[in-house]
Amino acid sequence: MDGMTFSELGSVLVMQGFNGLSFFSVLLLMALGLAIIFGQMGVINMAHGEFLTIGAYTTYLLSVLATDYAPWFMDYYFLAAIGVGFLVAFGVGYLVEWLMIRHLYRRPLDSLLATWGLSLIMQQAFRSTFGPKEVSATLPDWLMGSYAPSDSIDIPLNGLFVMALTLLLTFVVALLIFRSRWGLHVRATTQNRAMSGAVGIDTARVDRLTFALGCGIAGVAGAAFTTIGSTGPTSGSLYIVDTFLVVVFGGAQSLLGTIASAFSIAQAQSTLEFFMTGSMAKVLTLLTIIGILMLRPEGLFRIRVRK
Amino acid sequence: MSLHVSKAAPTPGALTRMIRGLLLGAALSAPALVFAGTTTAEVNTTGLAVTDTTVTVGQLHSATGTMAISETGSIQAERLAIEQINEAGGILGRKIEIIQEDGASDWPTFAEKARKLLVNDKVAAVFGCWTSASRKAVLPVFEKENGMLYYPTFYEGLEQSKNVIYTGQEATQQIIAGLDWLAKNKGAKKFYLIGSDYIWPRTSNKIARKHIENVLKGEVVGEDYFPLGHTQFGSLINKIKLKKPDAVYSIIVGGSNVSWWKQLKAAGVTADKQTILTISVTEDEILGIGGENIVGHYAAMKYFQSLENENNQKFVAAFKAKYGKDAVIGDVTQAAYLGPWLWKAAVEKAGSFDVDKVAAASPGIELKDAPEGYVKVHENHHLWSKLRIGQAQADGQYKVLYESELIEPNPFPEGYQ
Repeated sequence: MDGMTFSELGSVLVMQGFNGLSFFSVLLLMALGLAIIFGQMGVINMAHGEFLTIGAYTTYLLSVLATDYAPWFMDYYFLAAIGVGFLVAFGVGYLVEWLMIRHLYRRPLDSLLATWGLSLIMQQAFRSTFGPKEVSATLPDWLMGSYAPSDSIDIPLNGLFVMALTLLLTFVVALLIFRSRWGLHVRATTQNRAMSGAVGIDTARVDRLTFALGCGIAGVAGAAFTTIGSTGPTSGSLYIVDTFLVVVFGGAQSLLGTIASAFSIAQAQSTLEFFMTGSMAKVLTLLTIIGILMLRPEGLFRIRVRK
Repeated sequence: MSLHVSKAAPTPGALTRMIRGLLLGAALSAPALVFAGTTTAEVNTTGLAVTDTTVTVGQLHSATGTMAISETGSIQAERLAIEQINEAGGILGRKIEIIQEDGASDWPTFAEKARKLLVNDKVAAVFGCWTSASRKAVLPVFEKENGMLYYPTFYEGLEQSKNVIYTGQEATQQIIAGLDWLAKNKGAKKFYLIGSDYIWPRTSNKIARKHIENVLKGEVVGEDYFPLGHTQFGSLINKIKLKKPDAVYSIIVGGSNVSWWKQLKAAGVTADKQTILTISVTEDEILGIGGENIVGHYAAMKYFQSLENENNQKFVAAFKAKYGKDAVIGDVTQAAYLGPWLWKAAVEKAGSFDVDKVAAASPGIELKDAPEGYVKVHENHHLWSKLRIGQAQADGQYKVLYESELIEPNPFPEGYQ
């Protein structure tokens, strides 16, 4: 490269490293909810992206409310939006499980079609409610700048924010699944539904809460992604393929697998993108994943369970 | 309001019966219904849906699905134009009625609905399509059934049909003058070309590269494409920082567009540090991007909502009166608004609704009071138009910095393919 100094190259390396980590947190954040729903419950939820969209629109609505009624709240509304996004998506997820998903537990392929239909219905509902055009939540300034430790290094603040949020959420989910009584019930139900019922676990209730929690986490992801992406009726569907990719590649029932998978896909993609055009990078990443899945059909990590 | 619009299409059978009935009625009582020398039999020799008092046209856009984001503006603008034409007395004494069909962002559906409009409904003209893919899907139908399509979007060129009037710019009209402006005003020599990975950005960047290398004697330091719906642009931004181009030429579309501009801003790439010219961000897209995230960057379009001329101010006022004060108008929306007016002028020049006669009468048609200014239909069915450079403002509008002379449309540019 002509005209490059050594320090500039170093700066780009630092920023590129951060970029990989930031992409990793994005992938992990969007996959966490699905890892619970698909990984723990085996429901192929094609409408997962739309729960992200719920979070995004919640953020937009709160930003409009804050602008109109409480300008003093503008700097902080975003934090509230994440919480409200969780609650709304959780509520809708709870309802959807009760109305639809619970009838489909023994028919995973039907759940694929049914949830795909649900995603179309939800998209059109967004379109009818908010209009077909994209909207933009006004974001607080402290989220949209960059942190510049030196002249040539810019670290995006929204990337840092998403990273911190992902860390926190992953920690909470891990605690819930592996250290709480509810998590114990979830794991028991996953491993042997009939026996769990026999020892007195209310499996229907566990299912409903698990599904709703997965949706709620998608809502949080959706709220956080308004800082880096679009808010429109079909915004969530942009993430759905990558989300499934991360969960399947990681090994469907393993939280650690999801983390490892998000990390390797993010690093591969962002490094390849640096050396070639974005489309080619995607092709190579997908080919590698297909190759690995052919050798390890269960994904990177698998939990051995007796079926 | 005198506009009579059928919101949902009646069933094809019922409509054809109705039209047949009306036609029959007209034929039987012809002597009593002569309109200023233009009987329906005279102005309609091919059996189109024209009665003594009405003429039916079709509207074929995506009101649902992913493309509804973009096509809604076109639907609104075409309806506004038709309403205004009707208020001013219609065409050849006939009010325009609309049958709206939904292409649902699905290309085979577009083809099917086009056939329905032309074969069952016998519409005299269709205003529709947005993406090149949908246009390519309906083109064989329009050519086979001899329909008339008014297509509003700026596009890659390399197409010309007797049955289509292209009211947006073809690629050379949008690209060359914009690059010249960058070279002259920003001293740009090193360019970085980026786009979403499909036909329009790729063809456009091909033309841009030829122009940069052969005419401007500049250099393309990078050319990158990203899948539609791509959401991560960090690596690209780092590459741009590394290569330090004088200007980035950006043709990213759809939801990706929002990610790209938000991530640019967050990475500290503001307008004072990097010159970026885009041909894919109209005022419509800024709604999703947020004005504060794109402020200071440049766009090359033929129309901006902020154009200061009387025609445009009237157009903007009428649009807002009909669709709300927050409605915005992008380049394509204005181009869609021209469609019904160009059709009206061609029908009146031809003195007939017959598609062959309208197509033959179209070249040379002028609109002197279009919102974008003077336009004229070329022999090749594209419009002569100007190119403008706008600078994005925080309120989501563009400030117009430059305006070219009228540019001749050239959908098959030699030396650029």
